[in-house]
Amino acid sequence: MSDVASQLTTADGRPLKAALASAQARAKRRAFFLVLPLLLFILITFAVPIGQMLQRSVYNDQFSKSVPALTQWFAENPKGSAPDEAAFTALASDLLLMKETRAAGDAGTRINYVVSGTRSMFTKAARGADKLEPPYMETFLDLDEDWDEPQIWNAMRSAASPWTLDFYTIAFDLERDADGKLQKVDENQRVYFRLYIRTFVLASVITAICLVLAFPIAHLLATLPMAKANLLMILVLLPFWTSLLVRTTSWIVLLQGQGVINSVLVALGIISDDGRIQMIYNQTGTIIAMVHILLPFMVLPLYSVMRVIPVSYTRAARSLGATSWTTFRRIYLPQTIPGIGAGVLLVFILAVGYYITPALVGGADGQLFSNMVQFHMTKANWSMAAALATMLLVGVLVLYWLYDRLIGIDKLKLG
Amino acid sequence: MNKKTLFALTTALGGLALPALADDITIMSWGGSYAAAENEASYKPFTAATGIGVVSVDADNPATPVKAQVDAGNVTTDVALFLLSDAVRLCDEGQLMPIDPTVLPAGVDGTPAVDDFIEGTLTECMIPNDIYATAVAYDASQFAEGAAPSSIADFFDTEKFPGKRGVLKSPKVVLEMALMADGVPASEVYDVLDTDEGVDRAFAKLDSIKDDAIYWEAGAQPPQLLADGEVVMTMSYNGRIFNAAVNEGKPFEVLWDGQVFEWEGYVIPEGAPNAEAALEFIKFATMSEQSAHFSERISYGTPRKSAAPLVGNVHGTDIPMAPNLPTYPDNMTNALASSADFWVDRETELGERFNAWLLAN
Amino acid sequence: MALPSYASPLERAWHYAYLVICAMVFFFLIAPILVIVPLSFNAEPYFTYTEKMLSLDSEGYSMRWYDSLLTTGMQAAEAVRDGAWWSDLWHNADWVKAAKNSVIIGFWATILSTVLGTLAALGLARPEMPWRRTIMAILISPMIVPIIIVATGMFFFYSNPCAIVGLECGRLTSTYTGVILAHGALGIPFVIITVTATMSGFDQSLIRASASLGANPRRTFFKVVMPLILPGVISGGLFAFVTSFDEVVAVLFIAGPDQQTIPREMWSGIREQISPAILAVATILVVISIALLTTVELLRRRSERLRGVAAH
Repeated sequence: MSDVASQLTTADGRPLKAALASAQARAKRRAFFLVLPLLLFILITFAVPIGQMLQRSVYNDQFSKSVPALTQWFAENPKGSAPDEAAFTALASDLLLMKETRAAGDAGTRINYVVSGTRSMFTKAARGADKLEPPYMETFLDLDEDWDEPQIWNAMRSAASPWTLDFYTIAFDLERDADGKLQKVDENQRVYFRLYIRTFVLASVITAICLVLAFPIAHLLATLPMAKANLLMILVLLPFWTSLLVRTTSWIVLLQGQGVINSVLVALGIISDDGRIQMIYNQTGTIIAMVHILLPFMVLPLYSVMRVIPVSYTRAARSLGATSWTTFRRIYLPQTIPGIGAGVLLVFILAVGYYITPALVGGADGQLFSNMVQFHMTKANWSMAAALATMLLVGVLVLYWLYDRLIGIDKLKLG
Repeated sequence: MNKKTLFALTTALGGLALPALADDITIMSWGGSYAAAENEASYKPFTAATGIGVVSVDADNPATPVKAQVDAGNVTTDVALFLLSDAVRLCDEGQLMPIDPTVLPAGVDGTPAVDDFIEGTLTECMIPNDIYATAVAYDASQFAEGAAPSSIADFFDTEKFPGKRGVLKSPKVVLEMALMADGVPASEVYDVLDTDEGVDRAFAKLDSIKDDAIYWEAGAQPPQLLADGEVVMTMSYNGRIFNAAVNEGKPFEVLWDGQVFEWEGYVIPEGAPNAEAALEFIKFATMSEQSAHFSERISYGTPRKSAAPLVGNVHGTDIPMAPNLPTYPDNMTNALASSADFWVDRETELGERFNAWLLAN
Repeated sequence: MALPSYASPLERAWHYAYLVICAMVFFFLIAPILVIVPLSFNAEPYFTYTEKMLSLDSEGYSMRWYDSLLTTGMQAAEAVRDGAWWSDLWHNADWVKAAKNSVIIGFWATILSTVLGTLAALGLARPEMPWRRTIMAILISPMIVPIIIVATGMFFFYSNPCAIVGLECGRLTSTYTGVILAHGALGIPFVIITVTATMSGFDQSLIRASASLGANPRRTFFKVVMPLILPGVISGGLFAFVTSFDEVVAVLFIAGPDQQTIPREMWSGIREQISPAILAVATILVVISIALLTTVELLRRRSERLRGVAAH
């Protein structure tokens, strides 16, 4: 075959194989050029900003930019050396520099992230930096007896380089002891990893409820005649098309203490006026509102799979003597697996990253990981926010990759 | 809709959205009744006097967006209203412009500004505007005569006073109140809170209301929580409660016990687009007369000694304002001055502990 | 779906239980959206149905919250409603300004994502397209990546977009362009999904037929391809518009005081106080979404008819 191909030529005398290859390459290039503008747009306006932000989780120059002398001392003295007079001289000269550039607060904040209670040591020392006298070691210890603490010097050594893993250490609820060894932080300080786990648990609960609620109605929609199904489909699509904030507002109106549901229950005498149920500003509120918001994302993929399952299979099973339960379990359910997979993964991915709804109705224990990212944004702790964002993004991308492998991203349908 | 029509429509709309004048200044403040009081007391008179327009922007806490703007090198705010602790913190980080207090106009009685402001309120980067308190407030109509909460301890006593409580979602102020409710005198609160046992003690006290807490973040929320009957009492900024009581006739009362007070004032972010006009505004807004006008519109105390006697009745009524101010002597019997020094050091750590506490069931 | 005649009594019972369950789920889906509509006409500032409302007494209902939507932020709301009043309304009312911003931003973001998205979908539909799956995954990712991460990243990048190449070139935050670019990116996945779905039913031989009949590629595109995929493009565009119209997090981070949109106003309204005025906005938005939904449904039917897929 290859012999024949190499012998054939096109009208202008080129070998056919080469002509075909170049035509193929040209077609490839054409297709790619159609996609290119969008790809560039997404990369520049979307991917680069995210990458740039995530870089902050490992890059922080708040401290390193204003400590040239200390950086040199750290380079000359191996890790673990106790600070000597030269070290304190370097510190004094850097603090003087910080006073001039008004950077002491920033530098102190960076160390304070790792060793709490140290920020004011820097700002106080910097304020009087022009009056510091040798021997510096004594002067500093007079200012604050903690100045020779190994933990502070370890933190400064680490922060003297802008590249750091400190923020991931914190994000995994870990800290370094005086010898620099990693250990778990106190039980009552553990926030991030615990919330990470809780976010995935809550997302699973929400996904499970969505599946249980979506399955029967998707089945009903798939088996009804088209005209009726389309009518009922509007009930699914209307929430889908309605503003997220509108739906969240509705749930506040329905669930709050003086809201519709509680008032109805009181009016019916089911609960007393003092016994109104707390259904919002807690985990319950988050779960109810998010199930409502994400339900259409479960119904639609289920429906599109169920619609093409031939009725004849179940009929055949029944006629061969299977009970209705066996038919459902052995014949129908296995055929809906692709739809279940698509819906479950999609809802789960969206739920894990939710921010608005938990922020508005979540109260204290109904918050998700995104809200913690936002918390550190409001505290201007960009590096911490970036580290948490990276954790969240990794979780989501793993799921996304799974979705692509199992279902295929091109199978995603909306309505 | 036809695409051409849509296009014509949007371009028309775009053309009609008038751009703000170039010399307008943008002021970021706390929104709600606070911004409303500022608007009447200083924004409008300032525009009338100088022709410089004011664009007012709200934030839960202006220090947050301002810090973000400066860090990103993208400052759009000319003047912002900060808590003293935030002003000190961001000033140390070089994110606010130092303001020389000698350029401020003298008091109405001729006292130079530097002497007219209460000692210790002038800092490198902030010119104080007012003193506010975070206090417990309640709806008097919900309690029988004489059975209303009377001390900070009552806020944490769910047996005597069952029902939901509105709690500020921040360790700052909340931990101090918890300790005071637990019997720590105001003068010792920060010494106790500086120890691990003290922190444990504060959180243990907070545990007693955990199941009944509804958390709020924006200052406008607590009066709303009270009005909706979602809570029986709530922590709140005193002025918000007072305004709801006066302007909307709500039976809200502020409990002057165990409150935490703090100064707040105007700052100019480093890199503000109209820094000169911003300084002009600050000079104008912190004059004795404007300061007194502000205090008549929201129950926050004035930092100017010369302005205090000028504060008359609550604006538009014949109720004297003085007894409603956090600075009124009778209101100060058990009050705590918030410590900026303590919080700049411990906020990260206690914030994490507070978040962990919120999450734990 | 009818119950087969051989169904046992247990099956019958289950069947009716199943219908009841379905009805309850549909109720759960739709009730929250409908419950706010009457409450937005409440004469009282509460969220419960007053007795007057329940007895359909006209005194229990009022348009006051809709009125407050118009007048909030006006300089002279109490003035006589003449030409000057309406001009004041148009220029100063908070919600009117927000609506104008939402429409402007939504419109341009939709154009951006629809044009780029359709072009890309045409490329992705070609059998020769290299690395299709990877590229598709990248293009869909704005829908998947948590919005808080997108918004924070954009905030820093848009604050000084040229910093990445070491230059200063002004900022995109607090500008319409910035918000439009952000919303454009967020709308792309929807356009890609709907247009590629339309293209999958597209018979590629039509292009060859058109070419063999002497049409150049441009003519082929406008006369053959475009009419067939238009319903998909429009419905993708509608998705993109709704995404922008509903988006608040990116607006919170990127927009300045001049670019406040309806969701942004709602966000502060919900956080501070949910007055029935918020419900009035919500009601208007529900009406708009019903209109959009109808449009999409009509387009879908047209598309099926054109492509010859029998509507069964």
